[in-house]
Amino acid sequence: MARVIVVTSGKGGVGKTTTSASFATGLAQRGYKTAVIDFDVGLRNLDLIMGCERRVVYDFVNVINREANLNQALIKDKRVENLYILPASQTRDKEALSHEGVERIFEELQQNDFEYVVCDSPAGIERGALMALYFADEALIVTNPEVSSVRDSDRILGILASKSRRAEQGDEPVKEHLVLSRYAPIRATNGDMLTVDDVVEILSIPLLGVIPDSQSVLQSSNAGVPIVLDETSDAGQAYADLVGRFLGEDLPHRFLTPEKKNFFKRLFKGN
Amino acid sequence: MTLESITRFLAEDSSPFELKGSLFTLTVMHLRRTDWDAVAYHLAQKVRQAPGFFNNIPVVVDLQALSPDATVDFGELWNLLRRQGMVPVGVRNGASQLQTAAVRAGFAVLPENRALTPKPNDQAVSAVAKHNKIIHQPIRSGQQVYAPDGDLILLGPISVGAEVLADGNIHVYGTLRGRALAGVKGDIEARIFCTNLEAELVSIAGRYRTIEELEPENRDTPVQLYLSEDRLIISPLPK
Repeated sequence: MARVIVVTSGKGGVGKTTTSASFATGLAQRGYKTAVIDFDVGLRNLDLIMGCERRVVYDFVNVINREANLNQALIKDKRVENLYILPASQTRDKEALSHEGVERIFEELQQNDFEYVVCDSPAGIERGALMALYFADEALIVTNPEVSSVRDSDRILGILASKSRRAEQGDEPVKEHLVLSRYAPIRATNGDMLTVDDVVEILSIPLLGVIPDSQSVLQSSNAGVPIVLDETSDAGQAYADLVGRFLGEDLPHRFLTPEKKNFFKRLFKGN
Repeated sequence: MTLESITRFLAEDSSPFELKGSLFTLTVMHLRRTDWDAVAYHLAQKVRQAPGFFNNIPVVVDLQALSPDATVDFGELWNLLRRQGMVPVGVRNGASQLQTAAVRAGFAVLPENRALTPKPNDQAVSAVAKHNKIIHQPIRSGQQVYAPDGDLILLGPISVGAEVLADGNIHVYGTLRGRALAGVKGDIEARIFCTNLEAELVSIAGRYRTIEELEPENRDTPVQLYLSEDRLIISPLPK
């Protein structure tokens, strides 16, 4: 059975696509056949982060409209075995996402022995976001340590609990995981940002990972390399830990406290 | 004869009859005016609409709408009803002097309408019939939960931007950050209990209050909210 995991947040710009790319890549690195789908029809980004924008021929909407079959549209990643990307259409809008069409794609992925399907949700609580979360078994809620992001995450948690297929059919609820990204321990300690404990307390869902705020995330995004592949960066390591924890490993949370020495060391190295 | 001997006498098999209580549905005529010509005219109209239905049916006359010092010719009323084929049996409600006059004309006096004099245990019955609602999950921003006709019991936190409402009390065993409105149908006795109050807005029976700054004694401690002389009071729960 393919597990469907939606990466969502309500708010835009918090790191959904970065998380989707690294999470899917991490799962594939560990040997699971994984597909990552860009639900942000009209504002396609995932292909850029994954570094496959020049290989897009057919997209998600083409498959929904039966203009191409799934295997034609799926892009096989060049770096990691078992990883496939289904890009969004840039020329269409979210109305192109039909219930039947999306469901059919999930069924086909199932038949093709995919073990994990990661859905990169668009921001907002409209059609695109609703379609991305509808079929989910689990959800990664990406939140930044600031109040508006936390409130929007709270809103999307409410929607997951009422508008997902599991909620509608009265099945076991969607399993929720908190991903706190752009976390700057020094600023949280100074009171400029919410702390990990604040966010966990407000959202009251289990914490899957904390991704430190890092320059390397921007650099790797621009280079089209999921940050999890950069083993030297703290954010990359944090994503690798996050994937391990998702798969049931008991790993302590790192990068939660400011490390002054390392901070200056990195500053002078320009890393 | 004592009461005891009467009951023994009545209970004996040799008695030619048995007295038992029973309930009947009776037609009640709510008398508004004692203008007999008008009454006779309207009564005849009614009877014409359903001839046979009113034949020999017992009728009770309700005197509630009449003024206490009205003079009513009950003999005339009796004749009037009989002329239309009805059998007057008694009166109910109304001032005592009206009832006395009715008895003199041969009417019985029936007990007062129960709906007009609510008994104290009516309230107890409605309390038992409450529909309380228990929610185990957190209430998220944008969600709204309402407990009609009862209390709302919440076992998780209520987020900012969420709204919880109840006709009765609201109990929160978590942090209350959203809005809580108790007694929304106007029950001024309703209360809100909560283990940690950080609410945006609280309301009881429509008296609301936004909370920008909470008094120090109510911070990080279980509190209750209630109305006292139309003012919304927040106070720590007794330890």
